[in-house]
Amino acid sequence: MAMPASSTARPRLRTPSAPQPPFPHHPGSAISIGHFSLAEITRLLRRAHLLNNEDPIERSKRLAKRRVALLFYEASTRTRTSFELAAKSLGMDTTLVSNLSSSIEKGESLKDTGLTLRALGAEAIILRHNASGAPYVLEQFTDLPVLNAGDGRHEHPSQALLDLLTMLAHLSPAHASGEAALTAESLKGVTVSIVGDILHSRVARSNLLLLPQLGAEVVLSGPPELLPEDAALIAPNVGVERNFELALQRSQVVMLLRIQSERLAGLNVDLDEYKTRYQLDERRLARLAPEAIVLHPGPIIRGLELTAAVADGPQSKILEQVHNGVRIRMALIERAFAALDAQGKGANQ
Amino acid sequence: MKPILIHGGRLLDPAAGVDAAKDLLLKDGRVAEIASPGKLKAPADAEVFDASGLVVAPGLVDIHVHLREPGQAHKETIASGTAAAAAGGFTSLAAMANTSPVNDSPEITRWMQAPERGAQVRVFPIVAATRGFKGEVINDYAALKAAGAVAVSDDGLPILKDGVMREALAAAARVGLAVIQHAEDTRMTEGCSMNAGPVAFKLGLRGMPSEAESQIVERDIRLVAELNELRPHYHVAHISTAAAMAAVRQARRNGLRVSCEVAPHHFLLTDEHVAEYNTHAKMCPPLRSAKDRDAMIEAILDGVVDCIATDHAPHAAHEKEVEFERAPNGITGLETSLGLCLEWLHHQWKMPLGRVIGLMSAQPAALLNLKGRGTLAVGSFADCVIFDPNAEWVFKAAESKSKSRNTPFDGWTMRGKVRWTISEGRVAYKN
Repeated sequence: MAMPASSTARPRLRTPSAPQPPFPHHPGSAISIGHFSLAEITRLLRRAHLLNNEDPIERSKRLAKRRVALLFYEASTRTRTSFELAAKSLGMDTTLVSNLSSSIEKGESLKDTGLTLRALGAEAIILRHNASGAPYVLEQFTDLPVLNAGDGRHEHPSQALLDLLTMLAHLSPAHASGEAALTAESLKGVTVSIVGDILHSRVARSNLLLLPQLGAEVVLSGPPELLPEDAALIAPNVGVERNFELALQRSQVVMLLRIQSERLAGLNVDLDEYKTRYQLDERRLARLAPEAIVLHPGPIIRGLELTAAVADGPQSKILEQVHNGVRIRMALIERAFAALDAQGKGANQ
Repeated sequence: MKPILIHGGRLLDPAAGVDAAKDLLLKDGRVAEIASPGKLKAPADAEVFDASGLVVAPGLVDIHVHLREPGQAHKETIASGTAAAAAGGFTSLAAMANTSPVNDSPEITRWMQAPERGAQVRVFPIVAATRGFKGEVINDYAALKAAGAVAVSDDGLPILKDGVMREALAAAARVGLAVIQHAEDTRMTEGCSMNAGPVAFKLGLRGMPSEAESQIVERDIRLVAELNELRPHYHVAHISTAAAMAAVRQARRNGLRVSCEVAPHHFLLTDEHVAEYNTHAKMCPPLRSAKDRDAMIEAILDGVVDCIATDHAPHAAHEKEVEFERAPNGITGLETSLGLCLEWLHHQWKMPLGRVIGLMSAQPAALLNLKGRGTLAVGSFADCVIFDPNAEWVFKAAESKSKSRNTPFDGWTMRGKVRWTISEGRVAYKN
């Protein structure tokens, strides 16, 4: 074993470059919010607006009898119902497969479940999965458009879009209807704070990737166990402010997140201390952000991340978010099938 | 077996200090004669290889492979793994013990070396350091060495307990074997599937901190220092972090018998290569940050790294076609190591060819005390790779000789095309 020569400064060496986006995806898929251009998001908002205002009978002819599968490996109320209602509003046949009442329990792989759904006639799959990145596996092996309804701790793009719609409805209505094109300055001067369990939140990640693209400033707030410094490094214009009150004071939008108790194993989080430091109560809201809107992707836990009074108060837009979800998901499903038809892989194939 | 005359080539034998135009005669599985070009007379029955424009080097030695036999023949067999090795220019492999069952007995050790396995090149078993890989009771190293073991390791798992590691180091030192550590504090990596950092955060995956590697290496080096009277040989498998490398660097300055290997993926790729959950970029230790990767390059160029080892870890396609967190760790490497080392270490980063070959032959052979391997001196085994050092080619995983295809290097441009691989005087690969 030779002794090392003393290391001297070397010129920077060329190294193999990492694969760069855009990676190939089905044009109808919605897996990461990072795959969407601002023009595409503008179009989605416009379609969401028009579909929402359309006569329900006319609307139900748009994708009549087309087939979409909802494949859910995790419990869900809002997202599943919202996607299902969206598909039905467009006249579609939907089928729900959940891990608790299917061959998934018998050990069938995601690839095989996807291929089975495709053989049954599903033209697109809406997937909720507990493993980050699962939609990529499904898309790769089925070659179908995959709509990500939340994957592990990774992303929840339809949630970020409905959050955006809700914000725009209050801050810039012309953008909310898709009338005005979104630009890198559409949310300039707007600070959005995202508070709480950022580590486990796919909603936070999708919002983190989306909002700075529109010029918003994102402030993350939470204890170190739930908010690692790395979070601020994944997108521009994202900062960490551990003091919730300072974050709140700067914010036009406050997005609260549920503490994901089911994922807390091994983490040392004192819930009482959390409430003291991070709970949004009426007093804090009135004193520090009396004009801000309050968002939450749900499910909310009253008395933990927010008080009942805030949840039910005038600044809360939580139910508006839920309401907006259906139209966003109609637009996403319509986009997926438009891409399929453009490819000549429609129902008649 | 016919004698082989290799003429017209550039003999590159770092162990013997040779880099010159020489002809070689291989006979009875050994290097019989070496002479200046044109001076050797081929026996009448000899096969004659024209190595004009080619490099004639000692067969490569990989001291870290997983051949999956016994027990996991759907991933690889000794026959298929050694065929891949021959295609990659390797003639000696040290096979890790995480087979099924774990290789912790003289019987399995001998079974792996039996002619019935159909090995194309020589296989040297590394045996489990602890019984059943449980990290509790050390095995009978003397008996295992007698059966052919060349080192002890629980690779795939660390030896975590201080007392057990100390005992393993001492016992291995007494019989003259190295302890190879898979340095991962598994108490810090539970549920983790890639390197900790911004990429893991963005992908929503739990990350393994670099301390999980460096703290084990630091602990082990303290034990080696305490036991220094016995001169234990401690070898860090697949080292991947700047912090662990700094500890190895310092240990060697202090004169301890500490060595390490780096895998091509750890000096070429970073966690950014995981991209959108590429399971062919998932292994343990994981692809690290650019800072760690740069530290690997620097240590290789500085001579702190003793050898290149592939950690060839084949897995069947269906095992990798799953959610990232559920995919097994490991990538194949035997057919890409030479091509990557020549392209990057030699052509891009200007390491002399002799040093690159030394890192892949003489040095790993010396680490595990493989006598007569890693050199082409007269009398040594006729283990030889003949390659075109400048030829560019593209690696196609679909054409691999391995049973598995789990490589991140599919479609990569390689340098240095292997023409012949000769194992103990027998042509194991020809192209």
